[in-house]
Amino acid sequence: MDFLDIVSSILLLAGVFFGFSGAVGLFRFPDFFTRVHAASVTDSIAAILIIGGLLLQTSFDLNTAKLVFILLFLLVTSPTASHALAKSARHGGLLTLAETSPQDKQESAK
Amino acid sequence: MAEFIDLVLLAMLALTALRIIFLKDLFAVVMLFGIYSFLSALIFVNLDAVDVAFTEASVGAGISTVLMLVTLAMTGRKEKQSTHSTILPLFVVLVTGAALIYGTLDMPPFGHPDNPVHQHVAPRYIEESPKEVGLPNMVTSVLASYRGFDTLGETVVVFSAVIGVLSLLGVRRTKKKDLESGLETHKVLHVVSKIIIPLVILFALYVQFHGDFGPGGGFQAGVIAAAAFILYALVLGLPKAFAVVGPKFLQWMAAAGVLLYASVGLYSMYKGGNFLDYNTLAADPIAGQHYGIIIIELGVGITVFAVMLNIFYAFGSQAERSNIQ
Repeated sequence: MDFLDIVSSILLLAGVFFGFSGAVGLFRFPDFFTRVHAASVTDSIAAILIIGGLLLQTSFDLNTAKLVFILLFLLVTSPTASHALAKSARHGGLLTLAETSPQDKQESAK
Repeated sequence: MAEFIDLVLLAMLALTALRIIFLKDLFAVVMLFGIYSFLSALIFVNLDAVDVAFTEASVGAGISTVLMLVTLAMTGRKEKQSTHSTILPLFVVLVTGAALIYGTLDMPPFGHPDNPVHQHVAPRYIEESPKEVGLPNMVTSVLASYRGFDTLGETVVVFSAVIGVLSLLGVRRTKKKDLESGLETHKVLHVVSKIIIPLVILFALYVQFHGDFGPGGGFQAGVIAAAAFILYALVLGLPKAFAVVGPKFLQWMAAAGVLLYASVGLYSMYKGGNFLDYNTLAADPIAGQHYGIIIIELGVGITVFAVMLNIFYAFGSQAERSNIQ
């Protein structure tokens, strides 16, 4: 196995791990905002790692350029989508977990 | 490995379909439809049908999700409670399903090279199309040249869709004094959209004119270009989008695309060939095929773009009116 192949597999596996942890967070986190947070943050790092891993699998030709374009597109659009989602929820009157249960908030402040 | 991926994808497809049936929240159903289309696109990629996958991803997951969401903005997001009994429909569905499964028992083995589907016209397309049409992407050769008449029919179907929507709903003229429908407070969306929209249009043009050499073509390009303008309309509001491309202009564009397509056919008849026989368009038959395919793909792209955007305008302006009232 080539050195690049090993690095590429490590990147891909790390990307899969972060993608999976994002999915777990999406299911396990308590409210909307924490879920969006889990999904969006892990999504960005997973996209970087997976496309980075795929970049090392190409022979550095046109496909490399296309993958770089896809990565740039994802890096711009995916956080924007999460931001718009969270902002719309906020605008629609959804409260965060801390705001809906003031007692917990006081306790955590102590 | 490919079979394993297929099985996983098909299982996810079935789960998504079941979830769609039992959910009452139509907003979630629309999202699941998008997921369903993406899963189908992945299956098509796994079957090496990248052109179909591209269409499914851009049309099924992209534009139809947006159109269904705008419809929900007009109609509300809860499914109407059904009062019918479910016994008879269930019986009909079970019998039909059993008949279909019984029908598959006589099918030839999956993927076998001696199957009728691989013996009829496919060998000719594969062997002769590089000589007769000369395009690297055989899907475009078949779609635009061998089956050019079918594709003309599909373009007319898309065109008649917009006629139906416009005659039922019509696009309501938005006036200057109407309340701002754009997402004025979303500054991040504004900035990012302004960066993204030109790139999306550039990509649509690439897909349009690169369809001869790789996956893509008029249908996908038209939908992607329409998606760019829909993003503009969503972020900055319908009145500003009308100022860029008005609904009246789009109606002319939709008709112009179909006319461009059909006039290529008539011109080839004028030059002494059959309808849509591109060999007569130039002295060299291969060059004639190239001209014909580029022009009719452009016609398809123009029509699909204009139709998709106009349907969005029609739905969007109605939804806006019901929100104002």
